[in-house]
Amino acid sequence: MKKYQPLKELSLARFREFAREPEAVFWTYGFPLILAIGLGIAFRNRPVEKVYVDVEDHALAAQVTQSLTPHADLVVAVHSGAECRDRLRLGKSSLVVIPGTPYTFLYDPTRPESALARQRVDDVLQRAAGRKDPIPTSERFVTEPGARYIDFLVPGLLGMNLMGSGLWGVGFVIVDMRVRKLLKRFVATPMKRTDFLWSMIGGRLVFMLPELVVILGAGRLMFHVPIRGNLLSILLLSLMGAISFSGLGLLVATRAERIETVSGLMNLIMLPMWLLSGIFFSPDRFPNMLQPLVQALPLTQLNYALRAVILEGASLQSQLLRLLILAAWGGVSFVCALRWFRWN
Amino acid sequence: MESVSRLELAIRCRELRKQYKSRSGVVDAVNGLDLEIRRGECFGLLGPNGAGKTTTIEILEGLLHATSGDVEVLGMRWGKSDDELRQRLGISLQETKFPEKLSVWETLVLFRSFYRAGKDPAEVMESVGLTEKAKSWVVKLSGGQRQRLAVACALVGDPDLLFLDEPTTGLDPQSRRQLWDIIRTLGQQGRTILITTHYMDEAERLCDRVAVVDHGRVIALGSPGELISTLGGEHVVEYAVANGGGIPTEELESLPAVKEARTEATGTALTVTEPHIAIPALLEKLQSLNLHLNRLTTRHASLEDVFVHLTGRHLRDEEVSTS
Repeated sequence: MKKYQPLKELSLARFREFAREPEAVFWTYGFPLILAIGLGIAFRNRPVEKVYVDVEDHALAAQVTQSLTPHADLVVAVHSGAECRDRLRLGKSSLVVIPGTPYTFLYDPTRPESALARQRVDDVLQRAAGRKDPIPTSERFVTEPGARYIDFLVPGLLGMNLMGSGLWGVGFVIVDMRVRKLLKRFVATPMKRTDFLWSMIGGRLVFMLPELVVILGAGRLMFHVPIRGNLLSILLLSLMGAISFSGLGLLVATRAERIETVSGLMNLIMLPMWLLSGIFFSPDRFPNMLQPLVQALPLTQLNYALRAVILEGASLQSQLLRLLILAAWGGVSFVCALRWFRWN
Repeated sequence: MESVSRLELAIRCRELRKQYKSRSGVVDAVNGLDLEIRRGECFGLLGPNGAGKTTTIEILEGLLHATSGDVEVLGMRWGKSDDELRQRLGISLQETKFPEKLSVWETLVLFRSFYRAGKDPAEVMESVGLTEKAKSWVVKLSGGQRQRLAVACALVGDPDLLFLDEPTTGLDPQSRRQLWDIIRTLGQQGRTILITTHYMDEAERLCDRVAVVDHGRVIALGSPGELISTLGGEHVVEYAVANGGGIPTEELESLPAVKEARTEATGTALTVTEPHIAIPALLEKLQSLNLHLNRLTTRHASLEDVFVHLTGRHLRDEEVSTS
């Protein structure tokens, strides 16, 4: 065993520099945590939407109000005809009921809450008037952990963080070293260039572990986000993501000679993925025309796979195609980066 | 020179050229430079900023490719024996910012790990006087301490050949003297050292031989003593007269013991062999022309005078005009 091992020393140096930089630590671990907590609180325990219904002042108004008020989800008010129309127009109510023969529902059918209100109010009024339903029905509510927005969000945040810290943690650090002429100084020694690159990627993989623990742990403890998949599968999947984005980070850093250049390139790469890759909402919502692009992005595939494994307990094998797409991004980036890398 | 066999040479380069493309056309940073540096000597490349010193040293270090020319370092060539060369060279670049939040000790161990064989980092740290700062982060070091760390990083591989590019630029006088002591000690240990500098006093104090470089080529070569002796006199008498009245250069040069006279911005400088003969003659001359002396100083001639003699410019002219 040699006393001084370059790969070990380079990795230690990476680790020390990172751990001694409070800002880097905050952006890697603190920021996603705050984001998860903030969004989790914002979207937690959303109460059942109330339906606001106005009844036009009329001889039968009292009867209508009487039928509607026992239902907790309906907020009923009686106003004059003009006032009712104003309130509808301003969005203060979703529906106006004009009693008479026939009963008239006044609403904007393109407003989803108005369409819902129309169905609901009609239903209540018909039953109050004695309608019998031919098929008995019952209801069961699903607000179980695993199907809420926060459950959707946490794996997405994990993916976003793996992308951000992979790109910054490798790309930015390398360009910074180039600016400081440290790369040139390293090249002036017999240091093996592969040792250097491995230490950069190895460092990323080590720093990734606390990211995983912080984000999934916070989701589990604060919002009871379920972790249904095998922990090892989650770890391997995250590793694959981290490697893939480290490769992209390396590629971004191959030739940039200024911090401003690399920051710009980094944002250029990350922005489409922030928007399209399903961090905050499902990428399936984008129009078909955009889907080939959306599906080709590495973060889209990572987020799909993370959600499948974490929330549905899917096996790693079932995510093979996604893993391959991630690996392809990482592999191609590495090869190109090694080819074009500017050391001095 | 020709008698030195190639085995005794640490560096040999012939007709070295390096061209850069710039907006105004092609710039010759190094323009046909020849060098022979013997093993065990401390050799200085002295010249103003922009003379091509750094380009030259970086080609010798294998960090830049020459446009043309032949370079041999320790009997090897770049492109063929790179790893072997890297193992045996120690390099301090003109300006390296080491990782700010690594300690002196951690930085040295990191650099030591790159070499197959080398010195104990503790020993190297002691030799550059940084043992007390072992645990300090680089960001907390003074300029002089950082420069000593740079030299230490160049030394941990126990190099046969040490390159120091402008080792004391920007340092205070005390830090410079500290570094000089370190470099002199290294020279005494029999290491070959190549220094670039634009400080003539640095070259005079440290170097066994000096190549004066200007516009990418060597314009004078020899030991500092030899170079100074080419002036014909070892002393310089500088004076200035009130009202700026002047005496023609030829008249001054005809005075006894005066070898050369030149007019400078702040007065006149005479290169003289014997001040005790030249000065009375000068004073008599001034008296006879009824000129009033404002200033009269005498000093030993320096490499600066050699440079001015050869080029008509001062070594640090360019630095002054750009700063």
